[in-house]
Amino acid sequence: MKLVVQRIALGLLLLLAVSVLIFAGTIILPGDVAQSILGQSATPEALANLREELGLNEPAITRYFDWLFAALQGDLGVALTNGRDIAESIGQRMSNTLFLAFWAALISVPLAILLGLIAVRYKDRWPDKAISAITLASISIPEFLIGYLLMYFIAVKLGWFPSVAMIGDHMNLLQKLQAIALPVMVLTLVVLAHMMRMTRAAILNVMQSAYIETAELKGLTGFQVIARHAFPNAIAPIVNVVMLNLAYLVVGVVVIEVVFVYPGMGQYLVDHVSKRDVPVVQACGLIFAAVYIGLNMIADIVSILANPRLRHPK
Amino acid sequence: MSDNLLKVRDLKIGATVYPPGEKPHDIEIVHGVSFDLERGKVLGLIGESGAGKSTIGLASMAYGRGGVKITGGEVWVNGREILKTSLKDIRNLRGGEVTYVSQSAAASFNPAKKIMDQVVEAAVEQKKFSRKEAEARARELFAKLGLPDPDNIGERYPHQVSGGQLQRCMTALALCPEPDLVVFDEPTTALDVTTQIDVLMAIKEAIRDTGVAALYITHDLAVVAQVSDDIMVLKMGNTVEYGTTDQIINNPQEEYTRALVSVRSIEHEEKKPTPEPVLSVEGITARYKGLNFDVLHNVNVDLHPGQTLAVVGESGSGKSTLARVITGLLPPRDGEITFAGRKLSRDLAGRSREDLRELQMIYQMADVAMNPRQTVGTIIGRPLEFYFNMRGAEKRKRIIELLDEIELGEKFMDRYPAELSGGQKQRVCIARSLAAKPKMIICDEVTSALDPLVADGILKLLLDLQKIEDVAYLFITHDLATVRAISDSIAVMYQGRVVRYGPKSQVLSPPFDDYTDLLLSSVPEMHLGWLEEVVAHRKMESAGN
Amino acid sequence: MKNIPISAMIGLFFTALYFLMAIFAPLLAPYGMAEVVGGVWEPSSSKHLLGTDNIGRDLLSRMIYGGRTTIFIATAATILSFVTGSVLGFFAAVMGGWVDQVLSRFVDLIMSIPTLIFALVVLSVMPVTLPVLILVMGLLDSTRVYRLARAVAVDITVMDYVEAARLRGEKIAWIIFREILPNALSPLVAEMGLRFIFAVLFVSTLSFLGLGVQPPEADWGGIVKENKEGIVYGISAALLPAVAIATLAISVNLVADWVLNRTTSLKGGRG
Repeated sequence: MKLVVQRIALGLLLLLAVSVLIFAGTIILPGDVAQSILGQSATPEALANLREELGLNEPAITRYFDWLFAALQGDLGVALTNGRDIAESIGQRMSNTLFLAFWAALISVPLAILLGLIAVRYKDRWPDKAISAITLASISIPEFLIGYLLMYFIAVKLGWFPSVAMIGDHMNLLQKLQAIALPVMVLTLVVLAHMMRMTRAAILNVMQSAYIETAELKGLTGFQVIARHAFPNAIAPIVNVVMLNLAYLVVGVVVIEVVFVYPGMGQYLVDHVSKRDVPVVQACGLIFAAVYIGLNMIADIVSILANPRLRHPK
Repeated sequence: MSDNLLKVRDLKIGATVYPPGEKPHDIEIVHGVSFDLERGKVLGLIGESGAGKSTIGLASMAYGRGGVKITGGEVWVNGREILKTSLKDIRNLRGGEVTYVSQSAAASFNPAKKIMDQVVEAAVEQKKFSRKEAEARARELFAKLGLPDPDNIGERYPHQVSGGQLQRCMTALALCPEPDLVVFDEPTTALDVTTQIDVLMAIKEAIRDTGVAALYITHDLAVVAQVSDDIMVLKMGNTVEYGTTDQIINNPQEEYTRALVSVRSIEHEEKKPTPEPVLSVEGITARYKGLNFDVLHNVNVDLHPGQTLAVVGESGSGKSTLARVITGLLPPRDGEITFAGRKLSRDLAGRSREDLRELQMIYQMADVAMNPRQTVGTIIGRPLEFYFNMRGAEKRKRIIELLDEIELGEKFMDRYPAELSGGQKQRVCIARSLAAKPKMIICDEVTSALDPLVADGILKLLLDLQKIEDVAYLFITHDLATVRAISDSIAVMYQGRVVRYGPKSQVLSPPFDDYTDLLLSSVPEMHLGWLEEVVAHRKMESAGN
Repeated sequence: MKNIPISAMIGLFFTALYFLMAIFAPLLAPYGMAEVVGGVWEPSSSKHLLGTDNIGRDLLSRMIYGGRTTIFIATAATILSFVTGSVLGFFAAVMGGWVDQVLSRFVDLIMSIPTLIFALVVLSVMPVTLPVLILVMGLLDSTRVYRLARAVAVDITVMDYVEAARLRGEKIAWIIFREILPNALSPLVAEMGLRFIFAVLFVSTLSFLGLGVQPPEADWGGIVKENKEGIVYGISAALLPAVAIATLAISVNLVADWVLNRTTSLKGGRG
């Protein structure tokens, strides 16, 4: 229990440090926000006014704490470009992004574990080799290109699904699912390869243990060996694999949303990076990092909880 | 009809090997082995590493480990040819008729399940007993095998009991389904000698009481002599000699068997202490960083020039820590070390090049003690270069001299460590330390990773070199046979303290302190009935107290 | 050169081909990089082997120049990440103590933010120029090289042969360059291949998002961005970079695999 609390505390500390880093990253680096917003031709008065308005004349530490406390209360400030409340804009987009990530995870996680098991079962035979070849190919093409490849062949040539994924409140679940079919497919492909490969490695590692041999020499069937002896020991590594890949999914979402013009957090972030809208970028960056850190933390906590040495101390 | 439980005929076993840089291919590792085992008897399979003994043992369960495949011959169990039977029949055989005890119980128990669940699993699965009956039987076996708290120990997880206890649990696991045959694969090799004797006796009594037959696989002839009726000696997958235990031990026919029986027959006359020791360790107390207890307590020993001090003890006795303190890798908390008349600095950084040169070290694992990217010539040549500034032809001449001294010769100069056998690697390490012309060498378990005959060769070489080079050895080992063979004086260590210290003849003669007595009497001796004698002796003593 | 497996041969061939194409781009490209020479999205013809792009530039020429930019940025970023990462990694492993602690915890912190997100945050305030891109990519990626180099070096420093060298009285330089480096080289070289692939994918992604190489300069990610509208009309121009990136990445991968296997199976083995 103590270890779990320690791990959570570490996660929070890390998050705090990341918030400092994100904040610092946007002010310490050369380049002036006001200058970037107004462009090279801005008059000095306009620049001074904007600096004043943005609070850029206050010391950095004061600004950091103002920003952090406001963020903790759910106030992420207003966007520089259009003056809208950031928290409000993010709200709807976040639920769209989660909707997309949820379905991608729902399909890819069981599929990856299943395929990983098949690869282990037929180790060094054609299903295993086919799986590793596909893995090699899919890690060699960037996500956005997989997106366009599918869009070209499935949406344009075959016409099965729409090529852009517009969703709105007026649509029912089925319509929404049809709209996001392609991006979900791409995200699934992207994380599937990694997850499969890591699942395969995790299970193989367990299957090579001496206690698996003991179980086989007890005359148990292949299924009994896996279910009773391999599975309890493989849960932790597999959960770990899944969490790491969900974290990876979160990043993949950013690019895929741009490809399919999907109204989510990723597109919002990318748009505002090009517009140099720093408050939006900070807010989105912090949220993405928090999700990423959170998933990694869950993975570690599961490992701690699943370890019999820690669960049943001497 | 013969009552043979296990009949093996012309058994051939192959394996796929993956040599680096070559295509994987199949080789034969067991070349036609035959033997019989009657009900209730024990057959010992003995040989060095690579003899194929474990592979043969597992073949009696129709099991091949990793890429191992049975390629020919017959294996009959209870009148059934198990190599030609169905998978379902094999499953009934495994865990029911034939069971297995492995070398490392710690790895063979599933860490996520309770001991009891694992011990009764096969018996219940094979429908030999109900779960309740099986648990009762398991508790009975726990008691018979001398495990503490036999009624509740099954509720623990594997990591919650000690190594020796877990090995006994593994034996209970194998005996629980009332099998006809148990395969014991080096069941005591991973244990300390004082623990080994208890487990060995427990196994022997369990075999006797349950009337089960056993294949007992080990590399230690003295151990197998205590438990088996017959012995088969194996070498490189071939039968060397097969006979009764009495015949193999007392009247071996083959050269190889004779060598195994007479191993450690090295005679070494004890030398008298000199007035001026080369190394003097006084009042050393040490602990590792981050620990809050001392691992060495007030250790005092002397080593005389050209002589051997054996530091003997079981795992955790602090003997290797003593070596680290003397080399300067672990600065002591208290105490002094005098070497060749000079006071040695506590840590490595404070020692002169002369100090370092004259005090060399040889490691247990020769393969990690040599840089795999350097040739033998570079490895031996570096100290010559470093300490004596030798270059070119002069250096080469000296390297060849050293290679001759370790009986390898010039042709080894350009080879890499990976191309050498275990014994050859250790010889190169010896040459590297001799190249520095040291006054003293610390030998840390230098023979314990080697097969007995190879180890014997290394010990003989070390003794010969001691005469030529007049170098002193601080010899760290857990093996008392080695101690007897080469030492002039002995320090027995137990829990970080020297419990007995003096010339060899004195340390090895009574009256003994309790620990030395226990240690000495636990070393298996190469004669029949030794195990019973020791156990009877111990019972008498404890009755006397 | 006699024992090169067929897969590594193919890998070496294509890798070399791409690098030569990058170096001799001006000689090989039939037209100028930004030269408008035809209509919008012309299909492939003898004049324009791969057709033309969204504003009528020759696609083959753009692909060749684009490859040059992509490969140049990726190579520069890889070298930067490698030098920084491995030097700091070895240093941390050999020094140990607080130096190791400070460096490792800082790297943990950087790695707790997804690389792409971190890069986006930084690029939102920095001007997007080639040196900035290379610097951001190289430094972010060096955290991964650092971890590997440190782990490999720590594994080696606990080996008995390193202890033997210390007991002999060898200097730190000898220990790093003669005992550790030769044994750390093969995993590091193989990793270099993977980092290069990652850099190619990363710079393409940034350019695609409009935050990498700026027009009219061409790079593979940018070509996708410029021609993506065509996809909806069934024009496959935007997919060409997929072929180029995938073949380059797979080729480098095959070479890296071979380097790792070859060096592990050297006479000396890897210990």
